[in-house]
Amino acid sequence: MSLRTPLGKVRGLGSAKDGTSHFWVQRVTAVALVPLIIWFIYTLLSLVGASYEDARAALAAPGVAVPMLLLLAAGFYHLKLGLQVVIEDYVSNDGLRIVGLIVNNLGCAALGIACVYSVLKIGFGG
Amino acid sequence: MAEPAKAGGKPQRPLSPHLSIYKPQISSTLSILHRASGVVIGVGSLMLTCWLVALATGPEAFDAVQAFLAGPVGLIIMLGFTAAVNYHMLNGIRHLGWDIGRGYELSTMTRTGVLVVLGAAVLTGLEWACVIAMGGVSL
Repeated sequence: MSLRTPLGKVRGLGSAKDGTSHFWVQRVTAVALVPLIIWFIYTLLSLVGASYEDARAALAAPGVAVPMLLLLAAGFYHLKLGLQVVIEDYVSNDGLRIVGLIVNNLGCAALGIACVYSVLKIGFGG
Repeated sequence: MAEPAKAGGKPQRPLSPHLSIYKPQISSTLSILHRASGVVIGVGSLMLTCWLVALATGPEAFDAVQAFLAGPVGLIIMLGFTAAVNYHMLNGIRHLGWDIGRGYELSTMTRTGVLVVLGAAVLTGLEWACVIAMGGVSL
């Protein structure tokens, strides 16, 4: 006999209320990041020794800006999920852990937005 | 069974064996390296953020970041960052294989583990050979 309600069973979200979404999104972003990282390394190597103007012109092209935005979105989300697990596993003090998780969430969001804003600004020629 | 000896009021209970007890194995070492490389990439993402923000800000800011990256500290960070990215990506593919239920045989796990380490070393070497060939780093 189970004490779980039929609705709870159907939703399958468990006590943390988000079901398997953390696990799943970590994998989906990982799959996206494999080709994006290979592209990113290639792009960085092509920019070795580039001047300010060269680098800006390269990043302003939609063919570079769009994959870069995809990399930033998938990458910072993947980073947030990964660091969250590391903090949950190794920080045993409740207060410190909650502070760590909040800093992780806000930090990854801030860095991600700073990067995305910069790429858009370069792309739109501001 | 007798109650274990007390010290300072707390019963001295035996602890279950922890990390320090075990001999390092390729499985556990590569697993902890996956996490460690993930954290290193997280730190490296600060560098990427600085670079992109500087590029969006102007030539002075960009030149300052480029000068830092070309210096000894910057080069060590970039070397660590590339090695961590290569390892995390290759070992991540290994993890994705496990997620679809492949590669769980002990012999396969050892082989893919060695391949990942060698692959990451080769990739990192090739990338830095490119950087040197393009004149990015003078030896």
